[in-house]
Amino acid sequence: MMELAMDAAIGATAGTTPLLRVEGVTKRYGARIGCADVSFDLWPGEVMGIVGESGSGKSTLLNCLAGHVPPDSGAVLFDTRDGGLRDTLTMRESERRMLSRTDWAFVHQHARDGLRMNVSAGGNVGERLMAVNARHYGRIRAKATDWLGRVEIAADRIDDRPTAFSGGMQQRLQIARNLVTGPRLVFMDEPTGGLDVSVQARLLDLLRGLVREMGLSAIIVTHDLAVVRLLADRLMVMKDGHVVESGLTDQVLDDPQHAYTQLLVSSVLQV
Amino acid sequence: MISVENVSKSFVLHNQGAARIPVMAEASLSVAPGECVALVGASGAGKSTLMRMIYGNYLTGAGRILVGGTDVAAAAPREIIRLRRHTLGYVSQFLRVVPRVPTREVVAEPLLATGSARDAALARAEALLARLNIPERLWSLSPTTFSGGEQQRVNIARGFAHPYPALLLDEPTASLDPLNRATVLAMIGEAKARGAAIVGIFHDAEAREAICDREVDVTTFTPGAAA
Repeated sequence: MMELAMDAAIGATAGTTPLLRVEGVTKRYGARIGCADVSFDLWPGEVMGIVGESGSGKSTLLNCLAGHVPPDSGAVLFDTRDGGLRDTLTMRESERRMLSRTDWAFVHQHARDGLRMNVSAGGNVGERLMAVNARHYGRIRAKATDWLGRVEIAADRIDDRPTAFSGGMQQRLQIARNLVTGPRLVFMDEPTGGLDVSVQARLLDLLRGLVREMGLSAIIVTHDLAVVRLLADRLMVMKDGHVVESGLTDQVLDDPQHAYTQLLVSSVLQV
Repeated sequence: MISVENVSKSFVLHNQGAARIPVMAEASLSVAPGECVALVGASGAGKSTLMRMIYGNYLTGAGRILVGGTDVAAAAPREIIRLRRHTLGYVSQFLRVVPRVPTREVVAEPLLATGSARDAALARAEALLARLNIPERLWSLSPTTFSGGEQQRVNIARGFAHPYPALLLDEPTASLDPLNRATVLAMIGEAKARGAAIVGIFHDAEAREAICDREVDVTTFTPGAAA
């Protein structure tokens, strides 16, 4: 009985406002469709995967959501700390920039797109803290050291530049740089793409732990079904710019309904 | 606690000439708290299909599946996520884990997900692993390299870490030696005693007789067979 009461309490605190509400997002490149009429709600603490083949529009969609590419139509509403759900597309540029430095984070496929390659590892992490007005050098360095440790980069590498790091280390550094400000929503574009499988596993473990401990929500674009099975609660399948299927990750993978998803799932090589 | 009402399901294979295969019709069963119900029927009769429909990783064509008041057949993903976190546990036949994660953490994860303190969750995980005779030297290793029987026991430890009010068990005693089998049966008995509603698939007839209160033959749910 006590258990049931506790469940009810947890259910109540989960709230009734989604963290992100996407309404009819459409982006065309001339006559070609980037993504068409995409709508969904993302709730606090949820991880959503977006899968599809190259050119399916998944990266276009992610860039539209994160404010990197302006969509032709639609709305991307975010549950802001002070104003509740607000359309990030019609926000002032300065407000959107602040959001992308604080509550949002973006992990690029290629770490060099998300890092400053000529700045030390500690500097890469510290820079994002300074962008939200951290000024005390000792505290910034201490926090950077802490975060390097959390992504398993040895403290004695803090003054090395990312150019001296392996691909997997660069990716972990990019994650530290992004998460140091305690974002509520993380966009990830193929975060494990291009890494050795052993390094991928390590990164997956790290991401899963961080998502749980920090209670963050994430949208992960990938073509790797094994990655979404392990990381994502929910899954959206895209083809030719359209969402053809969505649902619980294991439901979409174990009982796919759409012809394209069935093809996708049955095409995975068994190891 | 678990109530399946007039449930049916078909698979449509779009890439094989859109073949439509009806696999279940008019399935109904209910399980009260403290009760263990065995699904029986020949291989391919739909035992696992029905179990997956209850867990929500197979969609339900028609009918209702109520688990602790949530209709799995109609619930939004986030409601099912919450149901699985707090109410509905599932011990599948195969362990599926993030590589590299230590066994101790794999078992503690359902507790961490429901907000248990880390120390308490790990202590509970270790107690379960010890009870299921997983040697202590393996606790800090990933279970991906373990033997089939060891993986099975890790999977059971994880499934029993959190006291779910509803539990689905798919062959929990397969590939276990007599000693471990007895331990698992005792754990199922304890779950019943604390009021868990359990649906299980057991090919092991002795285990089924020892622990199950009733049997439900799923072949009666095969489309066309009901008439």
